[in-house]
Amino acid sequence: MEKVKFYYLAPEELNKIFDYFKARGYKIAGPTVRDNAIVYDEIKSVNDLPLGWTDEQSPGSYRLKRRDDKALFGYVVGPHSWKKFLFPPILTLWEAKRENGKFKICESGYDGEKFVFVGVRACEISAILIQDKIFGGGQYAEPNYLKRRENVFIIAVNCNDPGNNCFCLSTGTGPKVLTGYDLVLTEVISEGKHYLIVEPGTEVGAEVLMSLDFREATPDEIEEAKKISGEAINKFKKEVDLDGVVEMLQSNYENPLWEKISEKCLTCANCTMVCPTCFCNTVEDVTDLTGQSAKRIRKWDSCFTLEFSYIHGGSLRYSTMSRYRQWMIHKLSTWKNQFGMLGCVGCGRCITWCPVGIDIVENVKLFRSDVLKFKT
Amino acid sequence: MELVEKELLTTIQNPMLPLTFQVRSRRQETKDTFTLEIEPVESGVEFKFLPGQFNMVYVFGVGEVPISISSDPNRWNRIAHTIRMVGVVTKAMGKLKKGDLLGIRGPFGSSWPIDRCSECDIVIVAGGIGLAPLRPAIYHILSNREKYNRVVLLYGARTPDDILYKNEIEKWRSRFDFEVYVTVDRGTTGWKGNVGVVTTLIPRAPFNPENTVAFVCGPEIMMRFTSLELLKRGVKEHNIFLSMERNMKCGIGLCGHCQFGPAFICKDGPVFSYSQIKDLIFKREI
Repeated sequence: MEKVKFYYLAPEELNKIFDYFKARGYKIAGPTVRDNAIVYDEIKSVNDLPLGWTDEQSPGSYRLKRRDDKALFGYVVGPHSWKKFLFPPILTLWEAKRENGKFKICESGYDGEKFVFVGVRACEISAILIQDKIFGGGQYAEPNYLKRRENVFIIAVNCNDPGNNCFCLSTGTGPKVLTGYDLVLTEVISEGKHYLIVEPGTEVGAEVLMSLDFREATPDEIEEAKKISGEAINKFKKEVDLDGVVEMLQSNYENPLWEKISEKCLTCANCTMVCPTCFCNTVEDVTDLTGQSAKRIRKWDSCFTLEFSYIHGGSLRYSTMSRYRQWMIHKLSTWKNQFGMLGCVGCGRCITWCPVGIDIVENVKLFRSDVLKFKT
Repeated sequence: MELVEKELLTTIQNPMLPLTFQVRSRRQETKDTFTLEIEPVESGVEFKFLPGQFNMVYVFGVGEVPISISSDPNRWNRIAHTIRMVGVVTKAMGKLKKGDLLGIRGPFGSSWPIDRCSECDIVIVAGGIGLAPLRPAIYHILSNREKYNRVVLLYGARTPDDILYKNEIEKWRSRFDFEVYVTVDRGTTGWKGNVGVVTTLIPRAPFNPENTVAFVCGPEIMMRFTSLELLKRGVKEHNIFLSMERNMKCGIGLCGHCQFGPAFICKDGPVFSYSQIKDLIFKREI
C-alpha cells in the first residue's frame, strides 16, 4: 500500500460509503437508539445513528442523555456487541431428515449475509480478534464463524471520550484503534466545525475511499483529529493494574475473598451475555412433531447457570461463588493459557449491565490488596 | 506443562457435522450397561482412533453425549462404545437394535501414552465403567506384549453383578503375562474374590514403582485416592495418567463447558498426567 492518505468527510458523506456497499450486497450494521439504549442493528443511513445522544454509565446503571451537538459517535458501548452478527445468539447448525430408515444430515447455519460494521470501537476490535483466535485459531475451526467473518467490512471509530466504566487503557485494547479495521474514523467537533477524518487500514478500505472521490484532509484537519483522539487517554476514570493478575488468580482459587466478592451475584448471566468475548454455547437437539426431521440449534450459554456444569449425578459448580470464580478467573487468567491473551478488553459492559453493580475492576483491586497483605 | 500424546485422526471435514454409523450388535454387559458395536454407513470412511479417545454420539432427535471408545484400536471401522444408562440420551441408546443409526463426531481428545512406556511396568487401575476407555489400551498392550514389562490390571466394581466384560477378564486372567485383580465394594452370595475399594489392591500389586506408568480411570474421587496410593508406592507424578470427565457439548474446545482451570477436557484431555492437574483435582467446584 502506498503512503496512507487521510480523507475529509462531512458527517452525511458516510452515506456514500454505505451506498457503495449496499450496491454490492452488504447490509449496514451500526449503533442506533432503541428502547432507551444504543444497540447494534441494521441501519439505512447516517440518520439512523444515535445523532446527538450520549450514554451515562456506572456500575448497574445505563442512561441515555442528549448532547448539545449532533455527534454521530458521542457515546461508548451499549448492551450489544458485534458478536451477535459473527456468532449469532441462536443458530441452526444442521438439519437431519429420516428417509427410508436412514437419516441424512445437511449443513446449515450461514446464508451468505455480508455486513459493514459501522462505529466499531478499539476494544471491540480486540474482542473480534480474540474470537477469531477462539473460533479459527486452534486445532478445530468453527466454519460458520469463519464464513461470516470473511464477509465483514469494519469501519472503526476512535473513542474521544471514554465512559465511566471503560478501562481499555488498563487492558491495552484502546482507546485508539490500532489494528483490525478497514477504515477508521475520528470525529471532530470544535468551534462550529463537525467532520470526520478517515484513514484506511486495508487495501480494500483504501480502494473504497479512492473510488468515492472524497477530498484529502488538510494537515490542520489531520492535526486537530489527532489532538482530539490523543486526549482520550487522559480522560479515564477507571484504571487497574493487571500485571501479574494471571498468576495471582490461579494461585488463589481457595481464597475466602471469592465468597465476599460473589456475595451479591444473582447468577443472572447478564455479564456473559453482554461480554464481547464470552463464547460459551450449548446445543439443543430437537425434532418436529412427526419425528421425521431433527435439528441441532446452538445457543449462547453462560457459566453462571447451574446446568452449565451438569454431568450425570449433578452440577459441579453448585455454589454461586464457584460460578463467579470460574467466570472471573477465566476472563483474567486461564484465558491466557488457552488463547494467549486475556479474555477481557476493558469495555466495562459487565459492570454496567450487572443488575447489582458487581465491578470486576474493583474485585481485581480487592484481590491485589488481599494478596499483598498476605505477603507482608 | 507436559502434553499428552495427541494426534488428529478425524476424517470429518466440518467437525460439527456427525457422520452416520449403524449398529452391528448390541450386548448387555450388566443390568444398566451395554456395548454397541458400530460401523460407518458410508463406504470410504476410514475411522481410526487412539486408545483413550472419545466420540460425540448422537441419537436422532434426542441428543448428543461424549462416550469413550472401548474397542480395539487396531480394528478400524469396527467401533465399540460401552454405555451406562444414566440420562435421556444414554437411555435412548439402550433401545437401539442392530441396523439402527447413530451420528458420530470424533475421535476427539488425548490418548493413553502407550507408545511412550515400552520397557515399563504398566499398572491399569479402573473403577466401574472406567474400564471402558482403558480397554483399547489393554488390547494394544496385549497385542504388543513384548514391548512392556509387567502388566497389571486392578479393577473395582460396585458388586459382582456390576463387573464389565466378565468373559474377557477371565481370559485376561488366564494369561501368564497379565496380572488381573478384581475387587468389589460389596460382595454377594457366592463371591469369593476381594472385597474393598480398588485402592486397597495397590499396596500389594506386583510392580516396580520406579519404572511404572499407571493409567487410571473411574469416578473422580477414586482417581484422587488411587493417585495418592500410587504416589505412596513411589510411582512418579508424571507417570500417572488420569482420564477426566466434564459436561461437553462440542468436543472440540469451542463450547466452554468442559473447562477445568486452564484446560479444556475435550481437547487438552481427557487423558492428563497427574502432574498436569494435581493443583486442581483436590479443589472443589472447579
